[in-house]
This record gives sequence, structure tokens and C-alpha cells, in this order.
Amino acid sequence: MKLAYWMYAGPAHIGTLRIASSFKNVHAIMHAPLGDDYFNVMRSMLERERNFTPVTASVVDRNVLARGSQEKVVENIVRKDQEENPDLIVLTPTCTSSILQEDLQNFVERAQMDAQGDVMLADVNHYRFNELQAADRTLGQIVQYYIEKARKKGDLPESKTEKPSVNIIGVTTLGFHNQHDCTELKRLMKDLGIEVNEVFPEGASVNNLKNLPRAWFNLVPYREIGLTAARYLEQEFAMPYIDITPMGVVETARCIRKIQQIINAQGADVDYEEFINEQTLYVSQAAWFSRSIDCQNLTGKKAVVFGDNTHAAALTKVLAREMGIHVVLAGTYCKYDADWFREQVSEYCDEILISDDNAEIGNAIARLEPSAIFGTQMERHVGKRLDIPCGVIAAPIHIQNFPIGYKPFCGYEGTNQIADLVYNSFTLGMEDHLLEIFGGHDTKEVITKSVSANSDLNWNKEAQGELNKIPGFVRGKVKRNTEKFARERGMNEITLEVMYAAKEAVGA
Amino acid sequence: MTVAQEPSALQFECETGNYHTFCPISCVAWLYQKIEDSFFLVIGTKTCGYFLQNAMGVMIFAEPRYAMAELEEGDISAQLNDYEELKRLCLQIKRDRNPSVIVWIGTCTTEIIKMDLEGLAPKLEAELGIPIVTARANGLDYAFTQGEDTVLASMVHKCPEGVKQEEEKEERNAIQKLMAFGRKKEDVKAEQAEYATHPPLVLFGSLPDPVVTNLTLELKKQGIQVSGWLPSKRYTELPVIQEGYYVAGVNPFLSRTATTFMRRRKCKLIGAPFPIGPDGTRAWIEKICSVFNIEPKGLAEREAQIWESLEDYVKLIRGKSVFFMGDNLLEISLARFLIRCGMSCPEIGIPYMDKRYQAAELALLEKTCQEMGVPLPTIVEKPDNYNQIQRIYELKPDLVITGMAHANPLEARGINTKWSVEFTFAQIHGFTNARDILELATRPLRRNNNLKDLGWEKLVKESAKV
Repeated sequence: MKLAYWMYAGPAHIGTLRIASSFKNVHAIMHAPLGDDYFNVMRSMLERERNFTPVTASVVDRNVLARGSQEKVVENIVRKDQEENPDLIVLTPTCTSSILQEDLQNFVERAQMDAQGDVMLADVNHYRFNELQAADRTLGQIVQYYIEKARKKGDLPESKTEKPSVNIIGVTTLGFHNQHDCTELKRLMKDLGIEVNEVFPEGASVNNLKNLPRAWFNLVPYREIGLTAARYLEQEFAMPYIDITPMGVVETARCIRKIQQIINAQGADVDYEEFINEQTLYVSQAAWFSRSIDCQNLTGKKAVVFGDNTHAAALTKVLAREMGIHVVLAGTYCKYDADWFREQVSEYCDEILISDDNAEIGNAIARLEPSAIFGTQMERHVGKRLDIPCGVIAAPIHIQNFPIGYKPFCGYEGTNQIADLVYNSFTLGMEDHLLEIFGGHDTKEVITKSVSANSDLNWNKEAQGELNKIPGFVRGKVKRNTEKFARERGMNEITLEVMYAAKEAVGA
Repeated sequence: MTVAQEPSALQFECETGNYHTFCPISCVAWLYQKIEDSFFLVIGTKTCGYFLQNAMGVMIFAEPRYAMAELEEGDISAQLNDYEELKRLCLQIKRDRNPSVIVWIGTCTTEIIKMDLEGLAPKLEAELGIPIVTARANGLDYAFTQGEDTVLASMVHKCPEGVKQEEEKEERNAIQKLMAFGRKKEDVKAEQAEYATHPPLVLFGSLPDPVVTNLTLELKKQGIQVSGWLPSKRYTELPVIQEGYYVAGVNPFLSRTATTFMRRRKCKLIGAPFPIGPDGTRAWIEKICSVFNIEPKGLAEREAQIWESLEDYVKLIRGKSVFFMGDNLLEISLARFLIRCGMSCPEIGIPYMDKRYQAAELALLEKTCQEMGVPLPTIVEKPDNYNQIQRIYELKPDLVITGMAHANPLEARGINTKWSVEFTFAQIHGFTNARDILELATRPLRRNNNLKDLGWEKLVKESAKV
């Protein structure tokens, strides 16, 4: 037993459900007790989904414990097949069914006899895999199922597409900014003159999976989900895959160069160097940002990074390599894939933390006292407690991390978004610091109702000049505090002396 | 009043039980806040933990007094010793938080592997010196708010049976102490005289403290003294329960607690409608008065006055229809109140219907329908959400009260919804809070009224089916 308040990755069935409900017209039936269908709530709330989440539970109750659930599961599958005519029904085991050890595969076979659509059992064990591993496995399983089905029917396409083309693998529902990343990646492919053959699982139809081998190569933008499918396709069709996450300027360029190499090897003859150059120097603002004075001020500032493998590794590299920020600690909760993480970030940070214990991460942050944290919602709350700003870069996430506006993390627009996120986190910290120096937050009594404090007090030339030197975002506050100080003492002219006295008084 | 032409008795149906609701372990979220010196330990899997973390949202960040005892593969296959494992975790809790009680919440997993929590608890309790309450709030047997029912039923056993000294009694009686706070003993005695002579009354059901005070004072106006509440603010203040005491429930989902009071502690249950809405509150007080042979004073005026103050909200929903999909067992009481407000209600879905415990509420519902001249609703126990949605498409109700899983998809199809869970967390009991219920119930209608000229009702492309 483990005492736990918080968990970073969800249980296995969440991963399977994320894959199933990403596809179009795929229905998942959970073999679970009442109340385990909160996945529907998460999807409906976080993603503000307009459609009913295609997940139902075949409820395990006392009767099921007594009699076994075969009849019920089979009935529920067949019923769902008739009601909604899904292409595929994925029977999803949960922690409960893992212990009951019923022969779910047998139920699937029974149900398949009566169902029009396909029926499949997700091969995930609750006690062995977490959400991300299960998602990766389920995606691989579905791809394999439909490739084999097509092969049996002789439906597999013979040839590649005429022009270079790609499958983008691993875009899922409830994935961190996945929808925006997907749009950005499609745009990038278009700019590179590469056709997008299939994007899956998000929005894809299982009936199109047989077309996967037509692509020249596969792109797996996220480390956690899609590699199993990509490796399967490599093994079956010798399709090369790219697992470089195009996140940050340098990594995006690396990803594009790899694409160039792979498609040239298949006879494409492209040269993307000019494109990379043009994007890096003039289109993306991130390279220019890192050169600008703003970013200069961030030099050597301490940051802690924590998240899933993909985002924590990418952000660590962006911070250290592209912005000159001192990453004192980089960590991941993907313990099962820790070696990869170590290899990715070891040269970019002082310390590596592999843990899924929130308290351990919180303690590390408290010990290191960074100027900013880049982590999950949990680190954001650690930051709140310790008064350290936090930019959220990975799941677990809340509804505010499903923005309506366009906010990719991948590709060249992604680099802009990341720069904003990083810069805003640090300036917020700076602002806080300045506020403290100049006299605190709005807890002080306000002297005028209006924000601009138009007053009868006269600021002399020197004082006005000094006031103007104060950064804009705290100027009003300093002005108000000084005026309040002066008013309380019956002064009607504000001089430099008064300003300093005010600052001292407020500080005292 | 016209008498409805419809069937003259309530129709009860039972469907497949394929519906969405919260797992009953969610009760820890409000109970740990209510019982200030408690610690809730949910013995279950990652699935349970993930639910609490996601469904209870930000509450978890406030260093809650609850945690998961997350079962690992070794626990399932009994390679690890349950007793030793629980002891280790409970010692840690004792060290870190020093609670007055640890509540173990059994889950589906502990049921299936038959972990004997009830057997382990007394042994560990003796060893640790902290009371341990066990409650089987699992999804195999219960829905959502019934979790509280299982916890309170277990706590009934822990209520002291008697008191040796008066002092201790006063010590235990939080409400009385609260009301006597800062007053001289003579004043307190004088105050006692304000109450009629009646056998001790203990109320059960977890409510926010302001609501507790409110209902207590409401009864005081009738000369009825509340000897205690289950649960009280602190575990150490659990009320004394003796044979012959009267008990009354404030929530419709507390049937096990009621049964435990009657069977195990020989208490007498006052079966009344629940104090939800001014009509319910009045009926609740009247029933308690009638049991104690007290003539209620000024209730009719009080109710009328509340209704008057509600008119601005009531006129928004009068003549409209409401459909309850059913997930928290408050449905009968809420439907009864909304029908009294002038709504019609074709269907009340409900996870579980205890016709004995809710008998008075059901009778009031029937009476209300007849007086308001609306057809009696069909009460659908263990509903089937898929079928319900087909019925919603047919009936086109003006308001659907439903869980979050269906709320956004229904809104996107032009159907007004209210998220049912809010009724569980909002203050809805007593005369004073009737306005809050209507604030919730009318919000979607008010919001959508504001948007009605924009032509944005249906925001999904029509594909024939769900």
C-alpha cells in the first residue's frame, strides 16, 4: 500500500478511453462499477465537448459478482452496436475487472458473433500500466488489428503516395494542447510540401487505418503515445518514423532535417535549409526573442522543470539552450521511461528527478528556490504556496489549460507561445518582487477610487522624473503609495525626499 | 384546483442501471470538511484516486485531510499483510495529522478481495489509540450521496450511549454549547424553559454549519430542542444516543443511517418530507411538531412570506417542464419543490428509491401534483441514460437536471441543463435557502434568455442519432 494524495498519470483505462474516444465512431465499453465513468465528465468539462462521449459502462454490481458478467457484457456490446452502429467497440478493463479475472476475451468473441461492427478487448493490465502506457498500447493494438484485417481481405494498398507524405501519430483527446499542435504540424507539413496521409487517433476513422502504409514515413510528436504503433508499422512495412518532438527552435529544425533525410532517401530530393533559416530568423519570434534585451535579463535565472517526458525534456532544452536560463532541476513522472529522459536532458540541467511523488517534487522546489517553475497543475500549486510563478507545460491539467485560442507548443508558432509563457512567468515573478520593494499589494487602503489617482498633489520635476523611471506595471502603485504618504502628513509637494521617505515608511 | 386526469398514484419503473453518477467515495470531499478533526483514508486503487483528484478539483490543493491507501499488486495477491500495511499508513497519518478519528472508506477493490476492514479496525484502533470508523462506500452497491449514508451509519455505532455527568453531556452537545456561549448558567436555565418538554431529538445528515444553525433555530421557534446532530463539527462531539430518542433525517439519501438508528440504537424515526424548499421545510417542522404534540406557530405565514420573496424567480419557471436524469437522490424533494413552483415534471430519475424512508416525501409529492394540477411524474429507478436521452429528445423539456457527462452535449443540442452536483454542494435546506435552489434552477434559463436572439441554440451539425 502507498499513501497518496496526488497522482500524475491516471489509471490504465483512462489511456484506453482516450484513444477510443479520439477516433470517430469508436465506442468504448468499460467493465466497471458505477461511478467509474468519470472519464465522460473529464472530457465533457475539460474539452468542452459538444458530443456525447462514446463511453459507457457495463456496470459491475453485486449480481455480477455473484453470477459473472458474461451475459451483461455481451448484451451491452450488442446493444451498443445496434444503437449507434460504431465501427469498433473496445471493451475496456478496469482495476475491478483486473481482479475479477473473468475471461473478457471470450465475451468479446461471443459478442462479435452478433455485432455488426468490430469488437476488441483492450490488452491493458491495471496494475502494470499507467494511463500513458495504456494509451500507447491500445493505439498500437487498434492499428495492428486493422492492418491485419485489411491484409486478410487483401485490402492493403500496394504503393506509396506519389508525393512525399506523412502519418501523424499520437494526437489524442485530453492531450495537452494536442489539437493546436496538430493544426500547427499540418501547417508545417504543408509548408514543407509534404502531404498528410492520416492523422490519428484524433478525428480518424478506423476504416482509414488500412491506408497508413501509403505514407512515406511516420511522425510521432509525443514520446508517450504513438511509438508502439510507429514501431509496428516500421516492422511490417519498413516505414521509417521520426520521434523528434518539434518543440523549440532547435528541435523543430532537427525534426525537419530528419524529415529531409528520410524522404530524400526515398528519392524526394528536397533541401529545407533555406526554409529553416527563413522561419528561424524572420518568422518565428523566438530566435529574435532570445537575442533581445528582454531575454538577456533572464540569463542565469534559476528554473525547475517537471512534467511528462515530452514536455519536460523539450522545455529543459528550450530554457537552457535557447534562452540561457539555468535549469537547476529537470524531472519527469514517466518512471517507466526514465532512461530516455536522462539521456535527453542530462547536459542541460544540474539535477534530474524521476518521481511520481508530488511531495518529493514540492520539497525539491522548496530547497532549490527557483525564480520560476515549469510544471503541471500540481507544481503550479506548489508555486502558489512558495510564491514562485509557474508556467504549466504538461498534464495533469485543468480546464484553463484547454484554451479556446490558438496555442500550439509544436512547430514555429509553438516556439512563440513557449517564449511568451516563459517570459510571462518570469516577469510576473519580477513584478511581484518589485511590488514588494515598493510597498506591497492592494491590501493597503486605497486612497482614490480611480486607478490613475488624479490628484491635487504636485510632483516636482525631479520626483516626476524618478517616477517615470519606475517600470510601468508598478508605477501607479508607487505613485499612489507616495501620495497617500504625503497626504497623511499634510505635504502638498512631492519631492525626491518624500518619495524615498514614503518608500522607507511603507517598507517599515 | 383541478384534479389531474392522469393515473392517481405515482408510477415506479426500474431500468437497466446504465447511468452516470459519481462514485460514493466522493463523500469524503464534503465530510472531511464537515468533521474538522477527522482523517479519511480511501483504501482503493489509482482509479479511485484519480476520480477524487479530478472530480473534487481544486479542493485537493488545500492539504486535505484525506488520502488514498493505494493498493498495489502485492496487496491484491495477498503477498502483503493488510493489517501491517494499514498499520504503517495509519501510524504515518497519526504522526503527521493527529486526527481524532480515521475513517476508512472501503472500495470496490476491498470488497472483491474481501479485505476484512470491519475486523481489522478494532484491533488497530486498540493498538493506535485512535478510533477507526469503517464505511463501505463502494460503486458496487451505492451511488454518489449514498456514500455519506454509509459513513454516518457507521458513526451511529460510535455515538456515546449515555453520560455519567452533566458536564460531559454539555461538553458533547455542541449546538447547545454554541448557543449558550458567553451566557451565565442562570440564563441558560431560563432558556431551557423556552423549550417545550419533549423527548430528546437528534437530527442526522451532514450540512454546512450555517444551515445547521438555521434549522436548529427554526425548530427552536417551535419550542423544539435539538439535542445533537450526526455528524457534528468534531468527531469528539458526536451526540449521545439512547433508546427512545427521536431522530429525523434532513436528506433523502440517508436510509441506512435511519435504519441503523432504529434497529441498533432503538431510536424512533420521524418520517417527514425533507426541509428542501419552503413547502418541504414547513412540512418537516410540522411533522416533528405533531410527533411531539406541539401546535406549530406561524408556519403558514412564514411559508407564504418566503414564496412571496421567491416570486421573481418562480415566474421564470412557472409552466415550464423539468426532467431529472437522476444521480444524487435529492431528485424527489427537488421535483416536489419545483412542481410547487409551477413546473411540470414528466420523469424523475433516481439511483435508488427507498419507499419507506422517503414515504412522507413521496406522499407530499403526490399531494403537490394534485394541488398544482400537473400529471404525476414517473419515477425511474436505476435509469438508463441512453433511453433517457431518447425520451428527452421526444419530450423537449425546458430544463434537464443532469450530470456533467451529459450537460454540455445537451446544451449543444439546444436543451437547457443544470448540473445536478451543484445541488449537493449548495445550501438548499430550510426557508432561507429556498432562493438558492431557484438561483441554481433558473440560471440556465436566465442565461439562455440573454442569448436567445442570437440564433445559437443548436451548435452541433445534425447527425440523426446521439
